[in-house]
Amino acid sequence: MAQYKTIVKDGLWENNGVFAMLLGLCPAMAMTGTATNALGMGLATAAVMAASSMLVGMFRNQITQEVRIPVFILVVASMVTLVDLFMNAWMHELYKVLGMFIPLIVSNCLPLARLEAFAGKNSTLPSLMDGLFMGLGFTIALTMIGAVREIVGTGTLFADASLLFGPAFKVMETRLLPEDTGILMMILPPGGFLVLGLLVVGKRILDVRAGKAIQMGGAHSAA
Amino acid sequence: MKKQRTFSHGLILGAFCLGFGIVLAYSDHITVDDIKAAALQDRLNSLGQVIPASIHDNNLVDDAMVMNNQGDQEITVYRATKDGKVTGLAYEIFGVGYAGKIKLMLGIDTEGKVLGVRVLAHKETPGLGDKMEVKKTDWILKFDGLSLGNPPVEKWKVKKDGGQFDYWAGATITPRGIVNAIRNGLELFAANKEKMMDMNAPKAEPNKGGH
Repeated sequence: MAQYKTIVKDGLWENNGVFAMLLGLCPAMAMTGTATNALGMGLATAAVMAASSMLVGMFRNQITQEVRIPVFILVVASMVTLVDLFMNAWMHELYKVLGMFIPLIVSNCLPLARLEAFAGKNSTLPSLMDGLFMGLGFTIALTMIGAVREIVGTGTLFADASLLFGPAFKVMETRLLPEDTGILMMILPPGGFLVLGLLVVGKRILDVRAGKAIQMGGAHSAA
Repeated sequence: MKKQRTFSHGLILGAFCLGFGIVLAYSDHITVDDIKAAALQDRLNSLGQVIPASIHDNNLVDDAMVMNNQGDQEITVYRATKDGKVTGLAYEIFGVGYAGKIKLMLGIDTEGKVLGVRVLAHKETPGLGDKMEVKKTDWILKFDGLSLGNPPVEKWKVKKDGGQFDYWAGATITPRGIVNAIRNGLELFAANKEKMMDMNAPKAEPNKGGH
C-alpha cells in the first residue's frame, strides 16, 4: 500500500511530469491557451499513459533490454492510434476540438520516460497506477497553466467546456473579467513560457517551505 | 551464441509488431464506418449553414462536382436542387489571412447572390483576428444577400482600401483576405456559371474531395 501512496504522490506533485521533470513541454505550451483544451489534452494523454504503462508492465519479462526502446515506441504509438480512432468514431465532438493534437502525444516524451523509468521494471498494477497518476499529474499541470493563461488572456475560465464534454458542463464556463480586457500575449506562445516558468517557481517555493531538497529536473528518474 | 541472441531479439520485436498490427487493423475495421459517417455529417452540417434547407430536396453531398478554381486548385462544388432544378451552389473559397490561409464555405443562389459564408478553418490570432467566426461576432453574416453588382465590384473591399466593408480594430489583413476570397468566389461563379450548374456533368465521389 505504501508503494501506491508514493506512486500517487510522485505523479501528482513530487515528481510531476511538467513542474518537476519539465517533460512534455510541447503539448504543455501548444494546448494551454484555454483551460478546456488543456484539460482535454491532459485526459487523452493520461489514457494513453495508463494503457501503455500497463501493457509494458505486463510484458516486462518478455521485453529484452536490447529491443526495449523500439517496443516502447511501438506501444505508445499504437495506443495513440487507438485513442485517435476511437475518439474520431465515438466521441466526434471532442475529436473535432482535440483531433489535431492527439498525434502530438507520440512526440510527448513523458509517456516514453515513464515506460523506461518505471513500467519496464515493475509489475502490471503498479505500472498502471504510475501511468495513470503521472498522466493525471500532467493533466493538473496543463489545466493550471491553461487556467492562468485563459483568465489573464481572455478573462474567461473553461470557455466552451460544453462543446468538449457535453451540455452538462455548461456550468463550468465562467467569465471573470469583462470582455476585451484580457492581455492578448498570455494566450500567444510567450504567455505559455511565462506562466510555466512562474508555476515551476511557485512549486519550488512551496517545496522549499516544506523543507524538502529541491529535485532538479527528474534527478531520481532515469529521464 | 551471438547469432542466436540476435535472432531472438528480432523475434521478440517482430512478435510485438505483429500483435499490435493485428490490434490496429481490427480497431480500424470496427471504426471505419462510424468515422466515415461522422465526416459526412460534418460536411452536411457546414453545408447546412450556407444553403438553407428550404431551397433543396436533394442530398448536397451526392450531387457534387469537381472543378478547378482561379488558382488551379481543385474544389468540390455542392449543388442544391429542388424538383430537379438547381437552386443553389456551395463551394470552398480561400483567403490569405495574417497567419496563413483561411478556408471558407460560400453558398450562393443561381443569381450569384450570397446565401451564406462560414469560416471552415483558419490560423488567425485568437481574440484579435478571429472575429469572423460566427460564434464570436455576426460580422460574416453581413455578406448575406450581396452579389457582384451589389455593391459594385470596385466596392468589394474593406473600408480602409476604399471599399464598403467594415474591418475590426487592430486587424485589417484578416477581413481584407475574406472580402477578397468572397469576391473571387463570386467571380468564379460568374465566369463558370453554366459549367457549375450542369447537373449532367460527372459527379464527384461522395467520400473524395474536401476535408
